Amino acid sequence: MALFRWSDRPDVFRPFEELEREMTRLQNEMSRLFGGVVGSRPFLGGVGVFPPLNVSEDADNIFVRAELPGVSPNEIDIMVEGNTLALRGERKLPEAEKEVSYHRRERDAGRFSRSLTLPTRIEADKVEASFKNGVLTIRLPKAAEARPKQIAVKVAA
Amino acid sequence: MAEKDMQVRDKQELQTQAESTRSVPVYVPAVDIYETEENLVVLADMPGVAPENVDIDLTDDLLTIRGTVTPEGQAERMLLSEYGVGDYYRQFTIGRIIDQSKIEAVMKDGVLKLTLPKVDAAKPRKITVKTK
Repeated sequence: MALFRWSDRPDVFRPFEELEREMTRLQNEMSRLFGGVVGSRPFLGGVGVFPPLNVSEDADNIFVRAELPGVSPNEIDIMVEGNTLALRGERKLPEAEKEVSYHRRERDAGRFSRSLTLPTRIEADKVEASFKNGVLTIRLPKAAEARPKQIAVKVAA
Repeated sequence: MAEKDMQVRDKQELQTQAESTRSVPVYVPAVDIYETEENLVVLADMPGVAPENVDIDLTDDLLTIRGTVTPEGQAERMLLSEYGVGDYYRQFTIGRIIDQSKIEAVMKDGVLKLTLPKVDAAKPRKITVKTK
């Protein structure tokens, strides 16, 4: 029997080709339709844990950022254990003046907690957190062994 | 109220006909608006916006709130991105009962508080019934 590539298989081996193509088209259409929703939070997968986090790195640090407008920095607890970062807090809305009538209420309040496994080992005792304009930034210095090392090539004499 | 857990709300991106001159996305800030006897108060969540980068404009009855962010960590490599960073923009139509010269704006921890004092004519007047 002659060998042929799967993609080159003769028509007799793919009776559902038309259907297959239609399925692919539908699938693409669906992901295009829902792409806007899924795409905005690609890693969260619809779990919906507050707050959403942005994590980035440079050569020496990992940075974890969260938008927490109206949260007092004193209400945020940050804990590092091993390579797990835990974040906990509460957003309290100040009591509005008495006898007010609301036109709109969109801002949410309540408790939140999140934990995150960090991609590299970090120096837990050198973690720093800052809060500026409602954005929390946690800087986690990478452990020495996790930092990129430049190795000089020795030239043999 | 305080026992409630916070829910994730996706940031709503602004759909507009006008094109932005900046290459950052523009979001609709979440707001609370309430009215007291003296004022109309607007609270808007605009994390990442410095106080000097808030622009408030009241023309006739159109109130425009604009906030521009200075994104941090541009040189870093993104590992995980669960929220977008961008500017904020929102407009409201309010009745012409505001004393424009007395508008106050305070920005704290990424929350804008706008106090719009009502003009005297719009304040409720309590009329006491005189007895003869």
